[in-house]
Amino acid sequence: MLEYIVRRIITMIPTLFVISFLIFFIVELPSGDYISNQIAALRSSGEASAVAKLEFLRAEFALDRPFFERYLIWVGLWSGPHGFDGLLQGNWGWSFEFNKPVEAVIGPTLPLTVILNFATILFVYIVSFPIGIYSATRQYSWGDYGFTFLGYIGLATPNFLLGLILLYFFNRWFGLSIGGLMDPQYLDQGWSLDKLLSILGHLIVPTIVIGTAGTAAMIRRLRANLLDELHRQYVTTGRAKGLKESTLLVKYPLRMALNPFISDIGNLIPSLVSGSVIVSVVLNLPTVGPVLLSALQSQDQFLSGFILLFVAMLTLVGMLVSDLLLAILDPRIRLGGKASG
Amino acid sequence: MSDSHDTARTHYVNPAPFNPVEDEVLTPEQERYYQASQWRIMWWKFKSHKLALWSGIVLILFYLCVPFAEVIAPYTPNQRNSEHLYAPPQPVHLFHEGRLVGPFVYGQTSEVDMTVMKWVFKEDRTQVQPLRFLCLGDPYEFWGLVEARFHLVCPAEGGTLFLLGTDRLGRDQFSGLVYGARLSLTVGLVGVAIAIVLGLFFGGIAGYFGGVADSLIQRLIEIMRSLPELPLWMALSAALPVTWSPVWIYFGITIILGLLDWPGLARAVRSKLLSLREEEYARAAVLMGAKPSRVITRHLLPGFTSHIIASATLSIPSMILGETALSFLNLGLRRPSVSWGVLLNEAQNISVVTVYPWLMAPVIPIIIVVLAFNFLGDGLRDAADPYK
Repeated sequence: MLEYIVRRIITMIPTLFVISFLIFFIVELPSGDYISNQIAALRSSGEASAVAKLEFLRAEFALDRPFFERYLIWVGLWSGPHGFDGLLQGNWGWSFEFNKPVEAVIGPTLPLTVILNFATILFVYIVSFPIGIYSATRQYSWGDYGFTFLGYIGLATPNFLLGLILLYFFNRWFGLSIGGLMDPQYLDQGWSLDKLLSILGHLIVPTIVIGTAGTAAMIRRLRANLLDELHRQYVTTGRAKGLKESTLLVKYPLRMALNPFISDIGNLIPSLVSGSVIVSVVLNLPTVGPVLLSALQSQDQFLSGFILLFVAMLTLVGMLVSDLLLAILDPRIRLGGKASG
Repeated sequence: MSDSHDTARTHYVNPAPFNPVEDEVLTPEQERYYQASQWRIMWWKFKSHKLALWSGIVLILFYLCVPFAEVIAPYTPNQRNSEHLYAPPQPVHLFHEGRLVGPFVYGQTSEVDMTVMKWVFKEDRTQVQPLRFLCLGDPYEFWGLVEARFHLVCPAEGGTLFLLGTDRLGRDQFSGLVYGARLSLTVGLVGVAIAIVLGLFFGGIAGYFGGVADSLIQRLIEIMRSLPELPLWMALSAALPVTWSPVWIYFGITIILGLLDWPGLARAVRSKLLSLREEEYARAAVLMGAKPSRVITRHLLPGFTSHIIASATLSIPSMILGETALSFLNLGLRRPSVSWGVLLNEAQNISVVTVYPWLMAPVIPIIIVVLAFNFLGDGLRDAADPYK
C-alpha cells in the first residue's frame, strides 16, 4: 500500500510542472504586464519620476527578463533579483493590485475554498449513493422516473444560473439573503455559536448549487453500473439459493458497482471546482473565485497565476484521494504493478 | 447398440433437394432491414427514440433564429427606448371586455414614484394595441447587408411590444433573446468543430501509431482533464485584447472553448481506433499496402463517424454554458454583441433582479437548449450502434 501511495505521489510531480508551466503561459498571454501598463499610462501623462520608480519595480519582480527565466524564477528554480525565492521556497508572489503579498490577499479565503469543495464532494456522495441504489433496484418505478427527471433538470441547469434563481426565490418568498458567508450582523462580531451556525446555514445553498449537476451525473452512473451487475447470473444464483434480497445486494453487486462510483468522483472533481469558482462569484462567497475574477480583469498576474495553480492543486489532490480510496477498496489496483511485473 | 454405432460412422445426408432461396425466406420487413444502409438503420433507430426526436425538432426551431433573427424580432437588440426603462413584460391577450379582438397587448402608462426613485408602469386597459403580423416595422439591416423593414410581428402603430419587458436602457428583452440565439447557439457548433479537428488529430495519432506518441498524448489528455475548465477559460478570455472588434472576440471565445474541450473527444477516437485497428478488414487493407492516411480515412473513419457525432453533440451544451458563464462574468462577449450570457449580465446584481425579475428570462432558453442537446445526444449515441 505504502509503495502504491509513494508511486502515485511521485507521478504527480511532473504533472504539476506541466500544469504550472501551462498556467504561467496563460497568465502571461496578455500583452505587457501590470506595471508596464501603468508605465504606459504615466508616460502619456508625462510623470517622469513615477516612471523611474515603476521601472525599478519591474526589475524588482524580474518582469524585464525573458519568458522562460521568468517562469523558472516564479517557480523558484532560477536565481531572481532576490536569489532563489519562488513557489518552491514558499513565496507565493506579490499582488500589484492590492499592493500586498499574494499570501496576505488570498490566505483568508483558502480555508473556505477547501471547506466548500470538501462539503460539495461529501454532498454528492451522500445524496447520490442511496438514490442511485434506489433507482437501480426499483427500476421503472415512479420514484425512479422522478429521480431520473430531476437528474436531467439538474444536469441541464448551469450551476451559476441555479444560484441566481435560488437567490431570487429565497429573497422573494422568505425575504432571506442567502448570499455571502454569514448574516450581516455577525460580520464584525467575534466567534460565537450563532455565528458558526449562520455560516453553516449559508454554506448549505452553495453546496447544493455546486453539487447538483455532479449528483445527477453520479446517480445516473451508479444506477447504470448497478443495473449491469443486477442482471448477472451470480445474482440469480444467490437468489435461487434463498439469500435475503438485502444481503444479496450489499454483499455482491453493490461492491462491484462501488468501484466505478469512486473512480468517477475523481473525474467529477474538476467540474466541481470549476463550479465553486463561478458560484462563489454569483453568491458573493469569500472564496478564491471572486479574487480570481478581479485579478484576471486587472491583469494582476502573480495573484491570478497562484490562484489558478491552487485550484489545479485542489483537483489533483482530490483525484489523489479518490485513487487512494479506490486502492483501499480494490486490492487489484494497489497490487496491480506487482502482479504484472 | 450396433444401430447407434452405424449412424455414428456413416454421415447422414438428406437426399431431398435443398434450395436455400426457398428455405430462408425473409419477410418483407426483414428484407428491408437487411438491405438498408447503415445510416438508414440509424435513422430508424433514432426515430424510435421519441424524446430525442422531439428535442431535435425543438433545436431546429431555435436554430431558425440564427438566420432569421432580424425578421423574427420586433426590434433591434441595441435599440433604446428611453420612455420605457425597465418596462415589465406585456402579456398577449385575445379578448378585450369579453369581445374577441385577436392577439393584442394593452398599452402601458408610466409615472415616476418619487419615494423609491423608479418608473412605475401600469397596464392601461383602455389602450388596445392589436399586433400586426407580416408587417413593415422598425428598419434593420438584414445580415448587415440589405436594409429592410419586414417583420414577422410588429407592435401597433404608435404602440409598443415588449413581450419579455425591457432592461435598464429600455432595450427589448425578447428581441435580445432572438438576436442572442445567433451567437449563443453558433458558439457551441464552431467550438465543437474545432474540438473535433483537434480530437481527431491527437486521438488519431495516439490510436493508430501507438507507442511513444500514444503515451505522450495520453499523459497530455490526463493533465488536461484534471484541470478545472472554467477558471482556465476565464484566464484565456481575459487575455483577449480589449481592442479587438466584436467579431474577433467571438472567434477568440470559440477557439478558447474548443481548445480546452478536445481531450474527451480525443480519448473516444483513440479507444475506438485501437479496437477497429485490430479488425480483419483493417489488417487486410494494411497488408494490401494501403498508406496509413488511406486506412484511417477510408476504412476506420466510417466505422466511428456516428460515435463522433454523438459525443460531439453531447459536448455542445458545455460550450454554450461556457460562453454564457464568460459573458455573464464580463470576460466574454460584450455589447454591442448580444448573446444570452450578455443579456444575463444585466441580472448580475441580485437587488436589481428582485425588483425586475424578467431580467432572468435568458435562463429559460438556455435550460431548454441544453436539455434538448442532452436528449438529442443520448438518442444519437443509442442510434450510433444500430446493430446492437
